[in-house]
Amino acid sequence: MASNLVTNTWSLTKIRIRLAMRNKMFLFFSLLMPMVFLFLFVMVWGKGSPMKINFILGGIITLTVMGGFWGLSVQLVTFREQGILRRFRLTPLGAGPMLASSILANFILIVPFVFFELFIGKYILHMAVWGNLPAIFFLVMIGSAAFSAFGLVVASVTNTMQETQIINQLIWMVFLFLSGATIPLASFPDWIKRITLFSPATYLAVGLQSAATNQVVAFEILTEAAALVLGLLVAFEISRRIFRWEPEAKMPRSAKVWVLAALIPFVAFGAWENYSGRMLNRVNTMMSFIDRPVPGAVKPEMDQ
Amino acid sequence: MAEPIIEVQDLYKSYGAVEAVRGVSFHVNEGEVFGLLGPNGAGKTSTVEILEGMRTPDRGTARVCGLDPERSGSAFKQTIGAVLQSTALPDKLKVKEALDLFASFYKDRASTDGLLKRFQLEEKREAFYKDLSGGQKQRLALAMALVNNPKVVFLDEPTAGLDPQVRREIYDIIEELRREKKTVLLTTHYIEEAERLCDRVAIIDHGKIIKTGTPRELKQSSAGTTRIEVRLARPATEAALRGLDGVSDFRTMGENYVLYAARAPQAIVSLVKHLEADNNELQSLEMYSPSLEDVFIELTGRRLRE
Repeated sequence: MASNLVTNTWSLTKIRIRLAMRNKMFLFFSLLMPMVFLFLFVMVWGKGSPMKINFILGGIITLTVMGGFWGLSVQLVTFREQGILRRFRLTPLGAGPMLASSILANFILIVPFVFFELFIGKYILHMAVWGNLPAIFFLVMIGSAAFSAFGLVVASVTNTMQETQIINQLIWMVFLFLSGATIPLASFPDWIKRITLFSPATYLAVGLQSAATNQVVAFEILTEAAALVLGLLVAFEISRRIFRWEPEAKMPRSAKVWVLAALIPFVAFGAWENYSGRMLNRVNTMMSFIDRPVPGAVKPEMDQ
Repeated sequence: MAEPIIEVQDLYKSYGAVEAVRGVSFHVNEGEVFGLLGPNGAGKTSTVEILEGMRTPDRGTARVCGLDPERSGSAFKQTIGAVLQSTALPDKLKVKEALDLFASFYKDRASTDGLLKRFQLEEKREAFYKDLSGGQKQRLALAMALVNNPKVVFLDEPTAGLDPQVRREIYDIIEELRREKKTVLLTTHYIEEAERLCDRVAIIDHGKIIKTGTPRELKQSSAGTTRIEVRLARPATEAALRGLDGVSDFRTMGENYVLYAARAPQAIVSLVKHLEADNNELQSLEMYSPSLEDVFIELTGRRLRE
């Protein structure tokens, strides 16, 4: 039974990877777009300290990782609307392998892109240091799984592509601008900073920026990792339970609150971070560190 | 006598206020090609999709290979193959990839190279799904239904919308399945398909099975032996036409009058005589040997594709 689940998941994962590689839109959004953002951000904010390149790269890797949220939700809804999922329903394949394969394929696909981004950062943009690579890849792994799972929840609660796009846009805006991935969190007023602590994207962005700027060792990102892992587990289980194979099986409006249910772990972590001030401290410390003119300087003590 | 491989008992299925299936019962024996013949909206697809485990019946029982399609999960799905009314696959999935992928989900796997050859898709093995013609897509759908060497194959309108040549190709494939003694449940609204391919046929209309039997039995049960469709210059009375020599039954169908005659020549002669006496004219006359269409018309008063 368990071996069937693994075999089915892996078979579908391989096909999903091939399909993605044949999709020009996927390559555009996963490879080209982050590169454009990287060069743009470096031109605008990257002057003064080479460590800023590391910080910006942390944000760009965050965008790459979060891309699975858009891609997977749209793909799943397309498959359902076109009746592709119906054909899979006739097979012994269950909802679990169907969803797990999309998460796994997405992770396998973005790892080379993250390598490429690091390579560009180091050799083209002359990044100060490599950053903490194990911590970066740890966060890339759980982050890509978590954001893919969030996308699957959206796909499971929406009935049409139009609805999916609207909900995706709303959530994506929050992920993009209220996480630190594009606009540094330190530049926000305190009350906005505190709100951002309830967003999953903040945990990924701050974790990756800290790892990219060599501000943390692996165990120091455990809170971020725990938040993302818990978010992944809750989102995956919700999407598995409410998964629909049929295009005509509509989800009632009230079921859209499942999206909020997927965010419950982040409400808890947000409350804790607001209380402890740990993450905001790290954000402020990181900004003061990367603003130093000499790159790769001694890591400052965290403010207590 | 062996147990039927498919058993359906008093099945009901509604969608809101629409009762799609209303007390359907039938059985299919192992190795039999069984047809559900009826017009669009008769309840064929709902019935088949309940048997495939895709829909939950409101009432009644369905068993395939002794298993409950809805509750037996993977064990049930290992035993069946199916072609849906419309099959869709990702545009950029290649033909061979599709077969290999679907085969990988099953314990018992047919050779996908063998299936490519059998369904004349060898040349298209590297083609994207989006680049296949309608007939090729349907052949691929049939091949996919056989990747697990299924005991029972469900074919839901497998030739709908295909041109006559492709339809004949699909007929050949289904006849091959019959020779292999596969159990096949086929839904169709094509008379010739049911007559040519099915060992037994259930005629279904408005969610109910109205008659079951071999095509020969059904045709023999028809009231008349020859159907004569006529169009007249002026309307004629039912009583006059029904009372003609040799006419055993009569129906009005749109602008046409349909006469069922055991002795067709005698019926035609008396019709012509009657029209002359009534100062009426014959505009067209067509004669048909008895078919399942006649049985359907006789039972429902409508054509299959009305």
